[in-house]
Amino acid sequence: MSTETAVAQKEKEALFSAKRRKLITDPLNDTNPVTVQVLGICSALAITVQVKPSLFMFGGVLFVLALGNVIVSLLRNLIPSRVRIIAQLVIVAALVIVVDLVLKAYAYDMSKQLSVFVGLIITNCIVMGRLEAFALGNKWWPSLLDGIGNAMGYGLILVIVAAARELFGSGTLLGFKIIPAAFYEMGYVNNGFMILPPMALVVVGIIIWVQRSRNKKLVESN
Amino acid sequence: MNPLKKLLEKVEPSFREGGKLHKFWPVYDGFATFLFVPGHPTHKGSHIRDGIDLKRTMVSVIFAMMPALLFGIYNVGYQHYLALGQESGLVENMIYGLIKVLPLIVVSYAVGLGVEFAFCVIKKHQINEGFLVSGMLIPLVVPPDMPLWMVAVATVFAVVIGKEVFGGTGMNVLNPALTARAFLFFAYPAFISGDKVWVSLGGEKAVDGFSGATPLSQFITQGPAIKNPVGGDIGFIDGFIGLIPGSIGETSTLAILIGAAILIFTGVASWKIMFSVFAGGYLTATLLNLLAGHFPDNPYLTIEPHWHLVFGGFAFGAVFMATDPVTAAQTPLGKLIYGFLIGVITIVIRVLNPAYPEGMMLSILFMNVAAPLIDYYVVQANIKRRLKRVTAKAA
Repeated sequence: MSTETAVAQKEKEALFSAKRRKLITDPLNDTNPVTVQVLGICSALAITVQVKPSLFMFGGVLFVLALGNVIVSLLRNLIPSRVRIIAQLVIVAALVIVVDLVLKAYAYDMSKQLSVFVGLIITNCIVMGRLEAFALGNKWWPSLLDGIGNAMGYGLILVIVAAARELFGSGTLLGFKIIPAAFYEMGYVNNGFMILPPMALVVVGIIIWVQRSRNKKLVESN
Repeated sequence: MNPLKKLLEKVEPSFREGGKLHKFWPVYDGFATFLFVPGHPTHKGSHIRDGIDLKRTMVSVIFAMMPALLFGIYNVGYQHYLALGQESGLVENMIYGLIKVLPLIVVSYAVGLGVEFAFCVIKKHQINEGFLVSGMLIPLVVPPDMPLWMVAVATVFAVVIGKEVFGGTGMNVLNPALTARAFLFFAYPAFISGDKVWVSLGGEKAVDGFSGATPLSQFITQGPAIKNPVGGDIGFIDGFIGLIPGSIGETSTLAILIGAAILIFTGVASWKIMFSVFAGGYLTATLLNLLAGHFPDNPYLTIEPHWHLVFGGFAFGAVFMATDPVTAAQTPLGKLIYGFLIGVITIVIRVLNPAYPEGMMLSILFMNVAAPLIDYYVVQANIKRRLKRVTAKAA
């Protein structure tokens, strides 16, 4: 009886119902994996010196997270609960190896530049977090949306941080000169601190600050 | 009656609640209390207000910095004319120094106070005098030719990231002036390290054989046989008096010690911290100096311990930076540990890390972060000891 009603409800729900759209839009702001849940910080600090590597990183995490979510969601009733972590790890690791090999084959420079951080997607807290918290308890379509949404929330912060660091640290964006040569002649100098990882932490902190002052929901009352 | 006071009383109503300019009440309040002793009543019960408030503390520190500042201004001019090979008198030196140093001070104060006022208006805080000292310290710890816009950027960074995000004056973890210097050091290393920046040439050509290397950077390569910019020998006394290249305010240990005497006499800064910084530095330098014979490829080891204390920013850091009451340890024992470790770490960085000829800035910032931990363990140890006494009595 109860299963029937569940099926009936599911048919009623549109592919992109408001609830499902929120799966994609929420991680961009209210439940952003980096600035609100403070996950995936290590890679956000390490590979955001320039915009280009962070775009590739975003692509890699998008692929792993979306597909990983779908696979775990499809297998969720088959995986015994006590070995679920290792099962998730195998799935994620397989996907990360795919990303790694594709990068090595088609974007060798990027693969070199991202180096160990491609492999470290396996331990990216966002991936494991979404698998555990969402994919294990939801059907494959919402899981896919949730994976895409969270990867986009992560990528958004990555790109903002990288843009700020590349612009002020090297005067370029995506490798193109943005700050005109006339500035340099007048005595402007690129900020070397921006290239160092501590400054990425400061930039992430400023983003969190701005986000919280615009979005009062996020401010804890104490 | 004082016309200034009349003016303040005249404009006051428009800043009060309901007035047109109420939004800027912190600005008015800041100016009024800065100019005159405020008539604020206490809110809960009756208290006696101590004469030594934040304002007087800050002014005492500014006063104590004056010898170092004046000497720094003189030294900027002195080094300039020395490097050009020209004769110069006291007046010329002071004039050239003022041309270099005054803009730094103006920019540091204007930018820092601007940011602070903006934050107070937005957050509706009271403005207090927290930036008065930082604003004077920042120009004193940079080289004379530091570009002004860099000082402005660093000041904004120091006030916003170093202080306001933690809640403003009295809440900061790191010393704001040193935060500004660390920012400059990592962001624009070409302008605040190396051999080129410490003597202001003013665009003119220096004499042959000129080298702007500071004593500390020469220690790395040639041990104690150091030269001034035109090749003359520098000895311990020169380092103590301070006619050597370096950041504006830090070269003269003598001027700094006069400031230290003022700070200790007025009770504004802790003598425990100053003493323990010097003690820690001296002991570590002695130990490392004993090893000099075993490692002939590190000439820095041959520097005698008392030299360490007068060259570079050691004395300046110990007297004006480490003693910052907000960022230092608070407990008496904690102050001794905190200062001692600053001295130890400074000398270790100086001698054992060839990339950093000076370690004062980094060691003070590091110990700023560790200060609450030190206090915590000092307090815990005290509690434990007293608890033992109580239980012993009960038994």
